[in-house]
Amino acid sequence: MEAKSVGPHADDALLADFEARIADGETIEPKDWMPERYRWQLVRMMSQHAHSEVVGMLPEGNWITRAPNLRRKVGLLAKVQDEAGHGLYIYCGTETLGVSREALLDQLLAGKAKYSSIFNYPTLAWSDIGAIGWLVDGAAIVNQTMLAKASYGPYARAMVRICKEENFHKKQGYEIMCILAEGTPEQKAMAQDSLDRWWWPSLMMFGPSDKDSPNSAELTRWGVKRKSNDELRQRFVNITVAQAHAIGLEIPDPDLRHDPESGDWIFGEIDWDEFYRVIGGDGPCNRERLAARRAAHDEGAWVRAAAEAYAEKQAARYRSENAA
Amino acid sequence: MDASASSAAALEQASEHTTGHGQWPLWEVFVQEGKTGSPHEHVGSVHATDAEHALQNARDVYARRGQVTSMWVVPSNMIVASSPEDRGPFFDPAEDKIYRHPHFYKVPIGIKGL
Repeated sequence: MEAKSVGPHADDALLADFEARIADGETIEPKDWMPERYRWQLVRMMSQHAHSEVVGMLPEGNWITRAPNLRRKVGLLAKVQDEAGHGLYIYCGTETLGVSREALLDQLLAGKAKYSSIFNYPTLAWSDIGAIGWLVDGAAIVNQTMLAKASYGPYARAMVRICKEENFHKKQGYEIMCILAEGTPEQKAMAQDSLDRWWWPSLMMFGPSDKDSPNSAELTRWGVKRKSNDELRQRFVNITVAQAHAIGLEIPDPDLRHDPESGDWIFGEIDWDEFYRVIGGDGPCNRERLAARRAAHDEGAWVRAAAEAYAEKQAARYRSENAA
Repeated sequence: MDASASSAAALEQASEHTTGHGQWPLWEVFVQEGKTGSPHEHVGSVHATDAEHALQNARDVYARRGQVTSMWVVPSNMIVASSPEDRGPFFDPAEDKIYRHPHFYKVPIGIKGL
């Protein structure tokens, strides 16, 4: 799709119209005029989001064969399948912006694409599956509920679908934590250890603090984001602290305190050095994740080739039957 | 159009915009939910080699929960759409025909069942 550019003044008028529509709460659709910068921001944000869904399958997929019972196994399998579906919903959204899914997947496989830093942490114990569902999906729900009102129609609609499905993800994770927390002392310690390791990376999922977030102002101005990173993070903390306390687990933050005036749980300083290190490629599992993703892609090559060969054969048969 | 014909149309689309690695044709997906006659609604798209494959992918992506009763897949290049520039002129004939709405017509106050 090409942007109309009939001189700078025409562009100004288009921009004014575009911003007025957003101010009126209208949704921007694929064929509508949009500033190149809006398109660029959406492609950047949506592709990172889609990649996160896809890479997010890896830490959990790791435990499908080792789930403690069949009930846990079917739940986890369904959750991981959902994540694949969520990746596809969002890639389908980026395609409406003129960027092919294949190009984005190539970037991911080449190690040139960003995805959520959380998925570069290892899943060391079964309880990590509980912590991921509860905390990581819980954080994602807070973020995605906001994005379901994003100004770009295809993105917002993908978020609505995703939010409907994520609630099961969070609940199955919290259920795992509940059972472990009321189990043997060893099981409870296991649950606490997972919370200790996943808490801070989960808070980092909301991205840098507003003052250090280079893209936030533009995304907010154009209605892609309706709330700031810090607001969303605070909302997540407020929801989650009570859930931890309800099952007798401790949030690993000595500075955590309840502020009666605002009703907020005030939390300690986030280690942003760690965040930038992991985003920059130097987390505990960055290389492993990419290697696993590449292997899965390569191992699926024969399936794709077979599907293409079958379609070619069917099309050839159709052509010869209709030529006769 | 039967499934083979739409597959053939989609394959043409694929060969038209082969990018070097050949991305599979794009199909738009519409689903009907429930059993009470709600319309088929657009839900997104899938890539697939042919019509049958598109239906299977669409089921896996857009019908993982139980409420879907029917599904359509359509090669994306077969959809003809109005353009955003037409938003005003194309649809505004509807705007000046207030006589198509019930409130245009005046009847005595107090009459019931109208």
